[in-house]
Amino acid sequence: MEKREMTCIMCPLGCSLVVTKDGDEIKVSGNNCQRGVVFAKEELTCPMRIVTSSVKTSEGVKACKTTKPVPKAKIFDVMKEIEKLRLKKVKFGDVVIKNVLGTDADVIITANE
Amino acid sequence: MKTEVLVVGGGPAGMSAALSASENESKVIIVERDKVLGGILNQCIHNGFGLHYFQEELTGPEFAHRFRKMVEKDKNIKVLTNTLVTEFKDKKVVVMGENGKQEITFDACIIAMGCRERTAGNISLTGTRPMGILTAGSAQKMVNIDGKMPGKDIVILGSGDIGLIMARRLTLEGAKVHAVLEINPTSSGLRRNILQCLDDFNIPLLYNTTIFDVVGKDRVEGVYYGQVDEHYNRIESTKKFLKCDTVILSVGLIPEMQNLQDISVNSKTNGAFVNEHYQTNKPWMFSCGNILHVHDLVDNVALEGKQVGLFASLYAQGKLNEGNLIKVSHSADFAYVLPYTLFEGDEQTEVKFRLKNKIVRKWIVAESQGKEIAKKFVLAGVPGEMMTFAFPKKDVKKEIVFKVV
Repeated sequence: MEKREMTCIMCPLGCSLVVTKDGDEIKVSGNNCQRGVVFAKEELTCPMRIVTSSVKTSEGVKACKTTKPVPKAKIFDVMKEIEKLRLKKVKFGDVVIKNVLGTDADVIITANE
Repeated sequence: MKTEVLVVGGGPAGMSAALSASENESKVIIVERDKVLGGILNQCIHNGFGLHYFQEELTGPEFAHRFRKMVEKDKNIKVLTNTLVTEFKDKKVVVMGENGKQEITFDACIIAMGCRERTAGNISLTGTRPMGILTAGSAQKMVNIDGKMPGKDIVILGSGDIGLIMARRLTLEGAKVHAVLEINPTSSGLRRNILQCLDDFNIPLLYNTTIFDVVGKDRVEGVYYGQVDEHYNRIESTKKFLKCDTVILSVGLIPEMQNLQDISVNSKTNGAFVNEHYQTNKPWMFSCGNILHVHDLVDNVALEGKQVGLFASLYAQGKLNEGNLIKVSHSADFAYVLPYTLFEGDEQTEVKFRLKNKIVRKWIVAESQGKEIAKKFVLAGVPGEMMTFAFPKKDVKKEIVFKVV
């Protein structure tokens, strides 16, 4: 059985949740509403994050992001893919990696210029 | 040069104010010291912006980009980049820019220059002063704009949002962030950032803890740190050494008011003392965004800019009407309630406030001359998140008091 404590971030109330996982069954306590259960289950089963970073180009580093959240466990792998790039001039919205590591997310340029 | 409305600062507050003044048919000039509009958003490459304003999650540069495109399309707005205001005079400013020094006269002016970070000097950080001590915003610019790393072994002092964001950013770029030290028992940062920037990477956040001494001659070699009691006195028995080459400070923000010595300031926000029209003690000068009070969300900065752009435009056109003055005050539950005065009238109004401590399941009540005007239920409110309260002014006379019950 796995037990974890976390603070719910769905609203300013910030409930202190205790989440236990026993096989496939996930139990949440300490929540004041249903959103806490949704939050805890996602955090425990497949936490997803948007990765934002910067990419090297001939005109310096430029901000970029994944267009969708990627599995938290893949953040550092996605960073390595971004780090590999050496690009020429880029512009806002350019797709610089398509479907990065099969996550279905693209890496696009977000720099404001 | 001459304009109807001058906006100083081309960040989210300034751009939003300029667009709103233009929509009300004013000619506008924006003066921006950087080479591109956007302000601090350009270096805030993380996501989480725009959820309220655009109903969509954007990064800082993307949020800035949307506003910049609207400003560039707007025929009423002229933008002077690479231009710095060097002096504020009566209804005119002196600027230094690409065409040298010149004066701009105006009917109304909006100050939207944002805020500045507290430095090692501001918090009386003790120990030596070697290379490797910098503010979170400077570190952010180094990494995200200049593409350079400030160091490899990092300690972050203070748990403000930019510090938390930089803990993650530096970790992703290969540095080791050993700890975030917070002198207070709670963090001023958003809970989402504590989860996604620290917990995700197992970076410890130590409360009631601060740096006792910075060690190092040419470069930071480490810090002595330890716990403080409830009066912030050091508990010497808890003192430990931590080896690091960089100390990053995220210890608060101060509105950028130092060139505006004639403007009355509110002692809680350090921003201008404004009335319901966001007008300062110089009636032609308006204020919005982080130079007025430090916001936690850019969405609220943009909304404030929109409000204030209209007020400044109406003033420039001689159409801004005032009623009798209402004095705003509040109980000790609030850090501040803004604006600091209102005008009597029939319309709806809105105040913005920050709480001193967390409240759960309470009412915010507005009273005027002993009579309840309006109340609002708050499920939960924390000091880190600015809140608003809208109510009709019809029955408000002379004074209004805000309380938590």
